[in-house]
Amino acid sequence: MSKLPEVRYWSKEFETIDRPSLKKLQVKRLKETVSCALKTSFYKARLKKAGINGPEDIKTLDDLEKIPFTTKDDLRECYPGGLLSVSLEEVVRIHTSSGTTGTPTVIYHTGADVDRWTDLVARSITATGAGRKDIFQNMMSYGMFTGGLGLHYGAERVGMTVIPIGGGNTRRQIQLMHDFKTTVLHITPSYMLHIHSKTGECGFSVNDLNLRKAYLGAEPYSENTRRKVESLFNIDVYNSYGLSEMNGPGVAFECVYKCGMHTWEDAYILEITDPKTRESLGPEKEGEIVFTTLTRKATPLLRYRTRDLAFVHGGECRCKRTHRRLSRITGRTDDMLIVNGVNVYPSQIEEVIMRVPQVGNNYQICLEKEGTLDKLIVKVEIYSKMFRGDLGEIEILKEKIKTELRAAIVINAVIELHEPGVLPVFEGKAKRVIDTRQKL
Amino acid sequence: MKLTQLSVFLENKQGRLYEVCALLGKNKINIRALTVAESEEFGILRIVVDKPESAMRVLKKNGFTANLTDIVAVEVGDHPGGLAGILKILFAGNINVEYMYGFVEKFSDNALLVFRFEDINKAIKVLGKNKIRIVGKKEVDNL
Repeated sequence: MSKLPEVRYWSKEFETIDRPSLKKLQVKRLKETVSCALKTSFYKARLKKAGINGPEDIKTLDDLEKIPFTTKDDLRECYPGGLLSVSLEEVVRIHTSSGTTGTPTVIYHTGADVDRWTDLVARSITATGAGRKDIFQNMMSYGMFTGGLGLHYGAERVGMTVIPIGGGNTRRQIQLMHDFKTTVLHITPSYMLHIHSKTGECGFSVNDLNLRKAYLGAEPYSENTRRKVESLFNIDVYNSYGLSEMNGPGVAFECVYKCGMHTWEDAYILEITDPKTRESLGPEKEGEIVFTTLTRKATPLLRYRTRDLAFVHGGECRCKRTHRRLSRITGRTDDMLIVNGVNVYPSQIEEVIMRVPQVGNNYQICLEKEGTLDKLIVKVEIYSKMFRGDLGEIEILKEKIKTELRAAIVINAVIELHEPGVLPVFEGKAKRVIDTRQKL
Repeated sequence: MKLTQLSVFLENKQGRLYEVCALLGKNKINIRALTVAESEEFGILRIVVDKPESAMRVLKKNGFTANLTDIVAVEVGDHPGGLAGILKILFAGNINVEYMYGFVEKFSDNALLVFRFEDINKAIKVLGKNKIRIVGKKEVDNL
């Protein structure tokens, strides 16, 4: 689209820092992080056991290997206060996620933590060439989901004009895009395609809009989808990666060259490890992404296993940033599902179903595409002994399951009731998830 | 005074209703009245049969989800305003009808209707007080 892209920096000194200096900075910050971690009940016990009693036990980056991995389960077991390293008075923000079995996980932020996060997002936005002249429509959900608030603060810091509309309400989205001449979107790829299909219905054509860029994230998508969206809207699409455990968006972002996501290594230590052997992998080798926070005081996380699979691109980027580039997310090491950008574990759905006495133990989770959006269908069997012959009662039951699921996973599922014995029964490992969606 | 109705949960699947009826026929169970309540993906078949307990056994044995419910069969004059007359009495007695349907056969010269009430005992009392004839199991079996 663009001719020779103009490379702009938010904090050039850090973004183009030479690798030896970056490593030195990482060691310094890792020591600080270890000091913070030792103030939490969780890491105090765990680090001591690993022979790390203070920052002096970290001398080079090789010492990272002495530190045990942290998992999502650890986070759940630490809920609510096991990973808090400052007094609650210093905390200005809490983000929780629902976790896999109903036990949430929590990340605390001090004012300075939010400030540093915001700066990373501002850096990311600037790397795409956007700036204060842009009108930014943030279509990611606000609230506990970090996608909305994260980009919001970063965009304001850059000086963009922010439209904090959040997710959904397609008609209004298109209307505002048109009326305020929105230039930059933050959105999931599936919703972006959905918007395209609805633009005509709303009485507009893509040419009536003033779009220049879109930041697509929260769900995995392919290079083909990027190209498709770029040509449908005549814009540039940039890939964005983040996770709530590492603040949210602003962990890794593409620059104007769109050749992998620069991972901000002055704020995170990035490792790619073999999911089985735990061995550290070099460039171009796919493995699990493992992150260590370097600048977060309230909730330091050491060697956190993200369960996301990706690889690091070799070679240097033409933008002169020295921060390594992460590939697209190629998969997961667990069974997490991503439904319209929302993360769901089958176990969360199971937990809700098992709470309802009127349904049996057998269930099936189906994922389909409805247009470009994902549709989650939960099939359950009615429990014979609970059937009273009343149609209204069954409709109420369906509504109840739907409401409870929405409360647990923030997704509107379609509930299908079946006769007992209709859904497949498994001996051994059950295959309860049927995903017929074509990968974007 | 109460009759027993069978309710069968049926997925909205081709042939499923046939399977129930064939099963009952094979077991020499006669259907006297029936109705189907339906939603998008499933329905509830409601039937009055001559041998409800054995029908229930047969259905359960064959994997159907079924349930027995108390209902009342009421004789209604087969003329304009016949049903309205009954409903007026029920309304005045503050009785709520959940659903109703008709028998296949007539009872003497009158229509025979099945009522499912929210409060069946109260309904029987109100109907009795107003001299409305409730038809018992023996009479239904002799139809």
